[in-house]
Amino acid sequence: MASIELQNITKIYSDAKRKRDLLAIDDVSLTVERNEFLCMLGSSGCGKSTLLNMIAGFEKPTKGTVTVGGKPVDGPGADRGMVFQQANLMPWLPVWENIAFHLRLKGWRKADRRAAAQEFIDLVGLKGFENHYPAELSGGMSQRVGIARALLMNPQVILMDEPFAALDAQTKMDMQEELVAIWQKQRCTIVFVTHSVDEALVLGTQVAVLTSRPGRLRERIELDLPRPRDITSPRFNDHKRHILNLIREEGLQQRQVAAA
Amino acid sequence: MTALSKSWERAVVPVLILAAWEIVSRSGLLPAALLPAPSVVLHSWADWVFGFDETAQANSGRWLADALSSAVRVAAGYGIAVATGVLLGIAIGWWSWVERAIEPTIQMLRPVPPVSWIPVAIIWFGIANKPAIFLVFLGAFFPILMNTIHGVKTADRNLIRAASMMGATEQQLLRHVVFPAALPSIFAGLRIGIGAAWMLTVTAEMVAVKSGLGYVLWDSYYFLRYDLVLAAMASIGLLGYVTDALIKLLMSAALHWQHASTLQSREG
Repeated sequence: MASIELQNITKIYSDAKRKRDLLAIDDVSLTVERNEFLCMLGSSGCGKSTLLNMIAGFEKPTKGTVTVGGKPVDGPGADRGMVFQQANLMPWLPVWENIAFHLRLKGWRKADRRAAAQEFIDLVGLKGFENHYPAELSGGMSQRVGIARALLMNPQVILMDEPFAALDAQTKMDMQEELVAIWQKQRCTIVFVTHSVDEALVLGTQVAVLTSRPGRLRERIELDLPRPRDITSPRFNDHKRHILNLIREEGLQQRQVAAA
Repeated sequence: MTALSKSWERAVVPVLILAAWEIVSRSGLLPAALLPAPSVVLHSWADWVFGFDETAQANSGRWLADALSSAVRVAAGYGIAVATGVLLGIAIGWWSWVERAIEPTIQMLRPVPPVSWIPVAIIWFGIANKPAIFLVFLGAFFPILMNTIHGVKTADRNLIRAASMMGATEQQLLRHVVFPAALPSIFAGLRIGIGAAWMLTVTAEMVAVKSGLGYVLWDSYYFLRYDLVLAAMASIGLLGYVTDALIKLLMSAALHWQHASTLQSREG
């Protein structure tokens, strides 16, 4: 059963100042099956975050439909978890309260919230930091809280908008490994937006390569590489070469269009 | 640096000022009645508080009652200002239609000095507690309102997004995200407001009320009791300091999460 379905999505922004319309996304159709880990790969400005925001319900397509679990998306909601590029934690709440924020909204008692949060605190490896405040956490730890907060809602799908982009290389690698472990354990559907080819290839079961201005789906690549992924293996490099070629062609075409 | 030497540092300036003042008063440069020495003021103040030798005449032993009636007016006017200022500030900051409907009116009323309301307040409320409470409300309301609006408007949009992604309704967003996010700013407004509240209680008591520290101050001026005028001024300063300290205490309890990331953490 398809978990997420994007059908003929088109997004046009009207530029009032210049009195013309800007085609940001041009007729993108994409389905994500259950328990799939889809990486949306593209350069900045290709509309990958816009597509993710449409699944989240923050933005509406000009044309086309978005459904999650068969139901059309009509706004943000707790059936989808979201992890942002900045962790966006409530700075006035300690780690465990941030993770259990969804339960606070549902009116759970404090003791119950605390107990429910513990499972996810352990899952993302934040034991001992339960009572820390966001200002006392490193970037990597903040993102762990963000991930735990999304997982606690037990959502059908988790949307991730370049969550590791601001982390240093070592932390990024650790977090990628842990995310894969969590995904394997929790069995959920993940849509992960990134501009890094390596990251997409390390994480995804599928990679959707988007082209920019307007954003179109260039190619969808199935990854059957064994886990944990070996970033030096020939097959990994074959995929990488193929994707880099797609991106290079794209850049060449754009420059020709611009020159003409 | 030890705590003891730090508190010693705090005492240097006040002690120097008092010593210089005492010397100038006793030198006879000015008539003693017009610039009473700190020791004289302290004596009158003590009698005003404890009533042991009638130095303060009719006011002897009545300080607590005077301070209390001023404090009650401050508490009432300030309480109303906090409740309305914070609620209206959140509404104006959050809903743009409320802002369009109410903001222009408020911005026109704001520059009118609260003191200029005194004649109207006396006609409306007579000479008693009510005009004073009304004035205190006017003085405290605007700084609380403006700071609340600012706090709501500068709340991080991403936190609101994150909360709505966790299923928050609009009411929950206001209570669990917008209000706590605006709280540092609201407290800034509360601290400005409490200063204005004391200022206007005293003003009202000088003109429209027959009790309280401000009344004693003005009454003593008529009788040329400058020692009591100064004692009243010091009393107001002291109470203002105490109420501000209480709000600061409340603030550091409510905003303890800020300590790790701001300059406050230096103070320990």
